[in-house]
Amino acid sequence: MLLPRPAENILLLKVTTISTIIERLKDNDPRAMARAISLVENNDPASREILASLDRESIKSSLVLGITGPPGAGKSTLTSQLISLLRQQNQRVGIIAIDPSSPISGGAILGDRVRMMDHALDPDVVVRSMATRGRLGGLCASAGAAVRIMASCGCRYILIETVGVGQSEMDIVSLADITLMVLAPGFGDDIQAMKAGLLEVADMIAVNKSDLPGAEGLCLDMEQLFHQRNMDGRQHVVKVAASLGQDIDKLLEAIRSLADQHDLKGEKDRRRQIALKRETLDWALETMRPELAVIIQKLQSDQGCDPRVNAETAITEFIKKNT
Amino acid sequence: MEKINRPYRVLVGKPGLDGHDRGAKFIARALRDEGFEVIYTGIRRTPDEIAAAAIQEDVAAIGLSSLSGAHLKLFPEVVKALERRGVTDIPVIGGGVIPEDDIPTLIAAGLTEIFTPGTPADTIINAFAEACRKHFAAQGDNH
Repeated sequence: MLLPRPAENILLLKVTTISTIIERLKDNDPRAMARAISLVENNDPASREILASLDRESIKSSLVLGITGPPGAGKSTLTSQLISLLRQQNQRVGIIAIDPSSPISGGAILGDRVRMMDHALDPDVVVRSMATRGRLGGLCASAGAAVRIMASCGCRYILIETVGVGQSEMDIVSLADITLMVLAPGFGDDIQAMKAGLLEVADMIAVNKSDLPGAEGLCLDMEQLFHQRNMDGRQHVVKVAASLGQDIDKLLEAIRSLADQHDLKGEKDRRRQIALKRETLDWALETMRPELAVIIQKLQSDQGCDPRVNAETAITEFIKKNT
Repeated sequence: MEKINRPYRVLVGKPGLDGHDRGAKFIARALRDEGFEVIYTGIRRTPDEIAAAAIQEDVAAIGLSSLSGAHLKLFPEVVKALERRGVTDIPVIGGGVIPEDDIPTLIAAGLTEIFTPGTPADTIINAFAEACRKHFAAQGDNH
């Protein structure tokens, strides 16, 4: 068992100015990391300076694992077990847990921590909850930046946890080097319905709750899915029982082995390039959004005019203002 | 309610062995419905766990809930746990079944405000919003 360092030893300086944040980030100061992520999440002008100061090498060598799956499959429990195992191996771990924002109030309850509180006092487990804030493109950008902040601060492994029920999650998953889908027996038709979606992009599948009836069948089903993609199913499907802590080591081993293969084949670089371009586009749109919103607000709200046409007018106006 | 232009992040936690989380969950939902992002820690957390989580999540305020009578010990412990980590600018609000006589003691121990049963949700939400504004004002950030 690993003994977490006593929290009393970490004395945090007051993090107020941007230069202090950048300075303290180099010491992996938890408050500086948290503040930096907030600034980036709010697209504060200071984000630029902070993100430019990050350590490129650490970012490059980190492993970003996307964890997704239907609600109730055991994502948080499995995440917590993976954290425990990585900590036993002395790895610093970052976790980004994503929950939806209310479309009505814009608020959110971020409850993924409940299952991760075992690690609350471990300074080498950095957990950040993020709400979707009703803008998935933007979320992809802020989550990507949070990943890099964590990686730069020594988190060799970064886990992004999100509910996998739609297109939206595909964007988040694009940030990951390896995407792990968590399934469990008993979901029946839901899983059939998912076959055309996220299952297609999953690099690995963890069949959780392997102690329950139906796990074996589900495994075979999922292995078949990989065979259809001309891959060895046994390499990509791992049975675990997260709540019992069973076979987590086998899963981590399989993840690492796949990550190494990707590394050798240049697949990791290829994916990161795609993700970076996508994030760049997201940031560009996010940065223009507030001004565009103002322009659109002022446009003559002519009922006869199609939004498509209005959009072009708004963009023309935007370009005129910014040249 | 004044409109928030970007969500305030707050943490709602239950320190100690008390498992009565109805109040904490009610407040968490009420805050969410007013546009707050609420990090909920679940029940049976230690003051140190709550402080560490609040720092990692960069929240602007903390809400603590208690029913079973340990508030005099546990609420000030959260304030102390924050101080041990060098944090003095995250206001801590308490609530629950708390005798009136205990309130001055808790305020003296660094709690920002204490709410007892029957307080309208609006009053509590406004207190959180005010606490968040104070937090950002202390940082020189006119949120």
